[in-house]
Amino acid sequence: MDNLTIFLILLALGFVFGKLAEGRHYRSIQAREEELVRLPTTSCKKPIGSSASIERAQLVYGHVVISVDYFKQMLAGLRNFFGGTIQAYETLLDRARREAVLRMKESCPTADEILNLRIETSSISKGGSGDRIGSVEVLAYGTAIYYQQASSRLPSP
Amino acid sequence: MFVCNIEEIPGKTITTCYGIVSGSTVRAKHVGRDIFASIKNIFGGELKAYTELLGESRDEALDRMKAQAQQLGANAIVNVRFSTSSVAAGAAEIYVYGTAVTVE
Repeated sequence: MDNLTIFLILLALGFVFGKLAEGRHYRSIQAREEELVRLPTTSCKKPIGSSASIERAQLVYGHVVISVDYFKQMLAGLRNFFGGTIQAYETLLDRARREAVLRMKESCPTADEILNLRIETSSISKGGSGDRIGSVEVLAYGTAIYYQQASSRLPSP
Repeated sequence: MFVCNIEEIPGKTITTCYGIVSGSTVRAKHVGRDIFASIKNIFGGELKAYTELLGESRDEALDRMKAQAQQLGANAIVNVRFSTSSVAAGAAEIYVYGTAVTVE
């Protein structure tokens, strides 16, 4: 009986706080994405549609570790039994990827473009309790390029 | 030291190639962090302690790779790739590799 009570309390805590945290995180992601939309990011290796000469290039990266809440873990466990898409994990990975890309962009706010974006995902397994995801780490990295300033590009008189 | 993950350094030419250089670190979190993380696992959200830990180890791996390139006499590393794998429960390996070159 005690075990069941603890389980239900954990489930309720996970549901309430998990939902709040996710909503807050999505709002913050959306606001920051709008702010950083001026910094184009591509997975191409050459800058697109610009003939300006590049002054310097630099490796930039951003990463984040995010975990699911208890309620979603249970939900996913249940879903595992019946099969089908596990939406709880889809949103987890979506949040983690967008956050990692945002952090990468925030590390170089003055760059003109980011080339060759790569995203890497790995699960940080806790071991013991089995094959549940628990938490994931997402790393986003790319090459930030800075174009030559218009003033320095003009030949001096 | 120029470091980037495309095949060339824009605006410069590669003159010498020294081959692959790499750096790796294996790190574990201490018990306190593990307990805190398992509590956080109930509520969900970012695990800041782990984010910090992995950031530190990634910086260290990068530094090791750069030191190796410097030893060879290179001044740039191109085509850098990261990879992460969990070796055992509670420990993660960060591996960084790239091609050491001289640019002019």
